[in-house]
Amino acid sequence: MSGQPPRRGWTDEQVDLFIGNLLRYGVLIAAAVTLVGGVPYLLMYWHVLPTYHTFHGVPAGLNSLRGVLDGVRELDSRAVIQLGVLLLIATPIARVGLSLFAFAKQRDWTYVVVTTVVLGILLWSFSGGRAL
Amino acid sequence: MWGIAGECPHSFSVLLSSVTRGTLFRVHIMHIASLTALLAVGAFAAGLLGSLTGLGGGIVIVPLLTLGFGVDIRYAIGASLISVIATSSGAAAAYVREGYTNIRVGMLLEIGTTIGALVGAYIAGIIPTSAIAIIFGFVLLLSVYRSIRPLAEHITTGPGDPWAARLRLNSSYPTEHGMQAYSVQSVPTGIALMGVAGVLSGLLGIGSGVVKVLAMDQAMRLPFKVSTTTSNFMIGVTAAASAGLYLHRGYIDPGLALPVMLGVLAGALVGARTLARAQTKVLRNIFTGVVAILAVEMLYKGMTGGL
Repeated sequence: MSGQPPRRGWTDEQVDLFIGNLLRYGVLIAAAVTLVGGVPYLLMYWHVLPTYHTFHGVPAGLNSLRGVLDGVRELDSRAVIQLGVLLLIATPIARVGLSLFAFAKQRDWTYVVVTTVVLGILLWSFSGGRAL
Repeated sequence: MWGIAGECPHSFSVLLSSVTRGTLFRVHIMHIASLTALLAVGAFAAGLLGSLTGLGGGIVIVPLLTLGFGVDIRYAIGASLISVIATSSGAAAAYVREGYTNIRVGMLLEIGTTIGALVGAYIAGIIPTSAIAIIFGFVLLLSVYRSIRPLAEHITTGPGDPWAARLRLNSSYPTEHGMQAYSVQSVPTGIALMGVAGVLSGLLGIGSGVVKVLAMDQAMRLPFKVSTTTSNFMIGVTAAASAGLYLHRGYIDPGLALPVMLGVLAGALVGARTLARAQTKVLRNIFTGVVAILAVEMLYKGMTGGL
């Protein structure tokens, strides 16, 4: 990408730098939130015998964005871990969103379309993938 | 079978043989405290070895959880996807700055990988888990083969695919002798192969880096460094496409995500800062050996219905 002549707006190098920082801080923030939820989770549940050998799915409330946010408001430690997980999943999605913005600034309409398709698929899945 | 605080294995082979004999630690007789600690150590080792050898640690998370701890493969896939997003995003942050990553190629191919990932996540919900284990075994074998017979560096210049010029995919990357231009071949084949990579990623909860690099290197004839960094750049987006569906399906459990995500991240960070160049070959051989044993075990468990 760095061989392309810079067009109007951002240069490719600036976009690369910005994307690199977004990924780095996204992962760091997600890990920090997970850790913040993890400490009280272990203090509260360390003696419990988990039942991961049979699948029954995570409890309702931990499997959707709204449920997780409600849980965080109630200071449920597992919901805070799950918020970290959601932030982690959101990081590459935000990266694609940033690329869309950058391609639009560069007036690279072909890649605006390409990136919009990818972003649409990601957002559809993130919001629960209704109608599948 | 030895306990956690009981006699320790004298060598790595003892550890491996206990893995092949059956489940190392049974999840239903362990407290969350010991399970979390052991999973964090295992995930740390996977992240460290994956980053030092460049083979990616994500591929061993599902076998670690299912074969090692007896965790249901659906929870294992969910936790693995999270570890894949974490390591891919962390590593991509560094690679993007170095100028190897071809973001246009990555973005175009992500159409293939994300659609494939949704199809894979859909298939995972309707086929038996034993079939997932068998497919997983074959992908592990492919990784072993790729590790034994690494791809050679090559640069393709001259006219590429007409689509490559139209989509401005041809680019250049930094080498010891300055910027080296390269052209891109077989764009439609590349996108189709990325669909396959996406299906495997969504179905198995892995990054599918092996298939992505193969497609970019062998079909699209990109330079090796560009293939590997662009593949890594795409892995996080591919995994995010199916992770959303899996979260809503209840596959992603916070109790497993906690040690796996933080363990793999810590391992990958330490690995990236350790310049253990002298031991890389030894580590690569060890890691390849581990993956080979896990491949056989996954195939066996899948065929005998043990998972």
